[in-house]
Amino acid sequence: MSKHALVIVENGGSNINSVRFALARLGVEATLSDDPDTIARAGRVILPGVGAAGPGMATLQQKELVECIRGLKQPVLGVCLGMQLLFEHSEEGDTPCLGLFPGQVRHFPERPGLSVPHMGWNPIRVCQPDNPLLRGLDGRYFYFVHSYAAPVNAACAATCDYGEPFCASAWKDNFFATQFHPEKSAAAGARLLENFIQL
Amino acid sequence: MLAKRIIPCLDVAEGKVVKGVRFRDHQVMGDIVELARRYAEEGADELVFYDITASPQGRSVDVSWVERVAREIDIPFCVAGGIRDVESARRVLFSGADKVSINTPALENPALITELADAFGTQCVVVGVDSIRTEQGYQVKQYTGDPDKSRFAHKETLAWIKEAQQRGAGEIVLNCMDTDGVKKGYHIEHLQQARAVCQVPLIASGGAGAPEHFREVFEQARVDGALAASVFHSASIRIPELKAWLAETGLPVRWEQAA
Repeated sequence: MSKHALVIVENGGSNINSVRFALARLGVEATLSDDPDTIARAGRVILPGVGAAGPGMATLQQKELVECIRGLKQPVLGVCLGMQLLFEHSEEGDTPCLGLFPGQVRHFPERPGLSVPHMGWNPIRVCQPDNPLLRGLDGRYFYFVHSYAAPVNAACAATCDYGEPFCASAWKDNFFATQFHPEKSAAAGARLLENFIQL
Repeated sequence: MLAKRIIPCLDVAEGKVVKGVRFRDHQVMGDIVELARRYAEEGADELVFYDITASPQGRSVDVSWVERVAREIDIPFCVAGGIRDVESARRVLFSGADKVSINTPALENPALITELADAFGTQCVVVGVDSIRTEQGYQVKQYTGDPDKSRFAHKETLAWIKEAQQRGAGEIVLNCMDTDGVKKGYHIEHLQQARAVCQVPLIASGGAGAPEHFREVFEQARVDGALAASVFHSASIRIPELKAWLAETGLPVRWEQAA
């Protein structure tokens, strides 16, 4: 396999094909894999995920991918649950996570007039001006579907407002993440994936 | 601020998009992928595909067109009709759909809502409710895809909306049959009642005929999204113009890409 190949971690998430199709629209044929060696050798890695944190971490443990993902040095992009698993802990199922970003993922508090899940298009506010993943995307709308989110934290790259600001995107070292779904976010999402491919 | 969603609904029969007035007399409107692509490019926020023949005919949704749509379309979409168990939902979601919507199968087997929520997360599980006014208040109907089989489910609409949420529904689409196909506006009063008992996103369906109807339903019933079919298929309302106008009235809408 080419060291530049893009690998999507096969973690059972139902959005895997959506991510694959979005990359294909950009001319990138991604490989699906749950093999630690293949993932470690990839040029770029996407950790997708739809579902709950507990089963999400259990899948990574069962496939012996926890240390593999923690040790990756190439650009990594966590999407939705894939982002939440990069934090230290999730309130969902009281789940210890990968600990690559500081802080805890929490359930949205109940507020009158705000439906949960947070579902739909919401603009992001970029708070890391030099963030290469989010270049050109300040103020753009992205598609969100989630009931849990990380509060604004030291690794926060962009915020989004839903009752209060939360962490819509994070970046630390080679680890990038989006709480929203770039694979379903029209032109803005395609731009973000292109930025990731060009890192 | 979270944008109000504009959602074209594509009723699908035999692999084509169709539309009938009050669920009757279906007319072919065009090819699924072609119409889906047009709406995505025009700035639709989401698409709903109802396989209106699958549920009354007791068969599962054909997933070949789901994957064709997912390959082409870069906005979220929901598939309804013919999803009757975890396995058929899995096929639809893994083909690239973002959500599945269940209506008659949820009425036949309410535990299915929980099974789907446990398997895929509540955010993937939409419960569609066909509601009609009766002398006993608003009642749920089932098998609405086929006028010969359509009948009352013997459930009161608001009680069913509450139950569906308790069982794990992540979104409710309320189709008001009294206003559906008539183009005189959404059923504001019924949607307000539903809003009062609905903590998950609520989508209005049935009755859109003019841009003003969208504003009314967002402002007065505080729904998260508004679904419509024929006004978009016939281009009597164009999504870019609708969104530009809604934005002017001060409603939060995503219309940056609407050219």
